[in-house]
Amino acid sequence: MSKSRLSGVARLPHYRPDPAGTHPPLLSPDYASTQLRAPLKAPVDLPQRLTEVTGPVLGDGLVRPGDADLTRGYAEEPAGQRIIVSGRLLDSDGRTIPHNLVEIWQANAAGRYRHDRDNWPAPLDPNFDGMGRTLTDAEGRYSFTTVKPGAYPWRNHHNAWRPAHIHFSLFGRSFTQRLVTQMYFPDDPLFGQDPIFNSVPESARQRMIANLSLADTRPDWALAFRFDIVLRGSVATPLESEG
Amino acid sequence: MTGLGSTPSQTVGPFLSIGMTWEGGEYVVPDGAPDAFWIHGRLLDGAGDAVPDGVIETWQADRSGAFGHALTPLGSAVENVENVGGFGGFGRSLTGPDGQYGVHTVKPGRVDDGHGGFQAPHLDVSVLARGLLHRVITRIYFADEVEGNAADPVLSALPDDHARSTLIAQLDGHGGYALDIWLQGVAETVFFTV
Repeated sequence: MSKSRLSGVARLPHYRPDPAGTHPPLLSPDYASTQLRAPLKAPVDLPQRLTEVTGPVLGDGLVRPGDADLTRGYAEEPAGQRIIVSGRLLDSDGRTIPHNLVEIWQANAAGRYRHDRDNWPAPLDPNFDGMGRTLTDAEGRYSFTTVKPGAYPWRNHHNAWRPAHIHFSLFGRSFTQRLVTQMYFPDDPLFGQDPIFNSVPESARQRMIANLSLADTRPDWALAFRFDIVLRGSVATPLESEG
Repeated sequence: MTGLGSTPSQTVGPFLSIGMTWEGGEYVVPDGAPDAFWIHGRLLDGAGDAVPDGVIETWQADRSGAFGHALTPLGSAVENVENVGGFGGFGRSLTGPDGQYGVHTVKPGRVDDGHGGFQAPHLDVSVLARGLLHRVITRIYFADEVEGNAADPVLSALPDDHARSTLIAQLDGHGGYALDIWLQGVAETVFFTV
């Protein structure tokens, strides 16, 4: 019966694994919180079947008008450097991913999150909640207006500071493509001492760093950064049940 | 073949609730839906301590085994109008202070295994948390699907009953199912690469 439902579909996609050297190892001892949370047994290979090559269709009711502009929605504008962060959601074959949910969250310009467990002595901003959502357009593009987040201290090691970053959550077309990452800013002098940034193999770190984009800058209004996000690519394979 | 390098994964960090909170995200089906139940448990670390800053995401077929997704390999996912009543199939539960998660859903139907047979009813699960540099993937099966579980190709490929037991939710005595997810330790859950 599932087969009949697929009668109009000639091929199932198969998502290629990312090459070694793309993602951080789960156990990265310099990032202390991995030590009790990283699974230690070797993962089991799960062949991609229907559950893995399908995924949620998200958007309705999750994205409200204005959710892509983090500088609006309060009485005044938030403090800090106003910026535009935009880019495309793609797969590794260069195919754009349209109409797909993008979620972001971040600290305010002082480096403080609006969260009960963030209580270091930097000011909260009554005009900034740090949450944004949007859907990519028909060409896979997204754009947020926000303020540049500040760096902040954390307790990983003595005098540890997180470089400024924005958290990104992406879904793609299928369960296999789910990705959560962090976007960093160019030339941050804090990169060298950050074990989360440095958990990623060196050759791939640059992919997490946005570029200043004068082309996207709005003169007399906001600087702009460009950050393209690339998810696993796929190949179409014949449905075995057809063979 | 591969033209662009994939973006590396990073942890959701401790403040994921700012960006990942959805009103009603844990409701795959609404209150009062026929045959609905809670599937719940705790997310635990290698010391047996609760993980209060994690998120459990579930993805599943509807009661008939159809997904709320029409396969469009080269485009975006689009809603599958043939599945039951616009069933979405996605749940998201942020863990609480005691590591507790819970998703309100229905049992999925059997799903084609691609070889002419069927997989037992299951949920695909992503686990994200502070301290996890990328998501980890597991599955949830149901203890009262004895025959289906015995024939399931994924469960059958695991080395032993101990490994299988880490994926099988037990009846909780209240009409729902319970399964703890252990990131480490002697009870470490079986995790998958896809």
